[in-house]
Amino acid sequence: MDTLVRENRGTRQGRAEHFITPVASVTEDGDAYQLKVEMPGVNKEGLEISVENNELSIIGRRALPPIDGTIIHRESRPENFQRVFELDPSIDTGKIAAHMDQGILTLTLPKADQVKPRKITVS
Amino acid sequence: MSIIRYQSPETVAWTGLDRWNNLRDELDSLFDMPFWSNFGRQSQLFSGWSPALDLYQNNDNMIARVELPGMRKEDIEISLQDGTLTIGGERKSEGAEGDKAERTERYVGKFRRSVSLPTQVDASKVTATYRDGILTVTLPKAEEAKPKQIQVNVE
Repeated sequence: MDTLVRENRGTRQGRAEHFITPVASVTEDGDAYQLKVEMPGVNKEGLEISVENNELSIIGRRALPPIDGTIIHRESRPENFQRVFELDPSIDTGKIAAHMDQGILTLTLPKADQVKPRKITVS
Repeated sequence: MSIIRYQSPETVAWTGLDRWNNLRDELDSLFDMPFWSNFGRQSQLFSGWSPALDLYQNNDNMIARVELPGMRKEDIEISLQDGTLTIGGERKSEGAEGDKAERTERYVGKFRRSVSLPTQVDASKVTATYRDGILTVTLPKAEEAKPKQIQVNVE
């Protein structure tokens, strides 16, 4: 089977606002997928996560306290983050859990019961 | 970016248009990838993790702000030597042994960033905070480096 969490690059919604694509990692254990997305400067108030038609959309808006001073060197980018993933129907979208810690969004995407690995004991 | 399709003079049929559009989207999307967006800075492929660093100053302080998502506070090292601020550390890999990686874009491992400060700072008064994955280091300027206002009495 191919991955259950695919990136969906075809959807180009909200082109009016410019977003940058945050880096992400997906790992799988027996029962769930874990998606981690790096969004430095975003806290849980700045998150918009939605699932529609098996499309998981993540928007992270930065809430950086302004610094009193003039900038003399800049490498960071001011844009907010957005990334869209396509979820396989076997993911139980009703049970997705989200956690935000130090700029990392962790989403736990549980597999529906019928696709979980099952141990069959022979009696 | 857009690609102008080569059009040979004898081409009449336009049946394959959808496919070309898809290809163009695919190519466009390559440039939306994190790899390309970081290319102007430092490519993570060649130099490991090189977190973005911004430097500010006001009359009293130099302030460095560094994007370090997902660190533990105790894994961040900040040092100051000969007017060079160095921020380093290690991001440890999380997760259990048996987990299967489906997609890995996040960098795990050691990193180091140095920046040479344009003014002298008082090393004994440096403070740092780490919040929402952003490290902010405040470096008070040394007395002799602060701008001074000279009062001139005109008689």
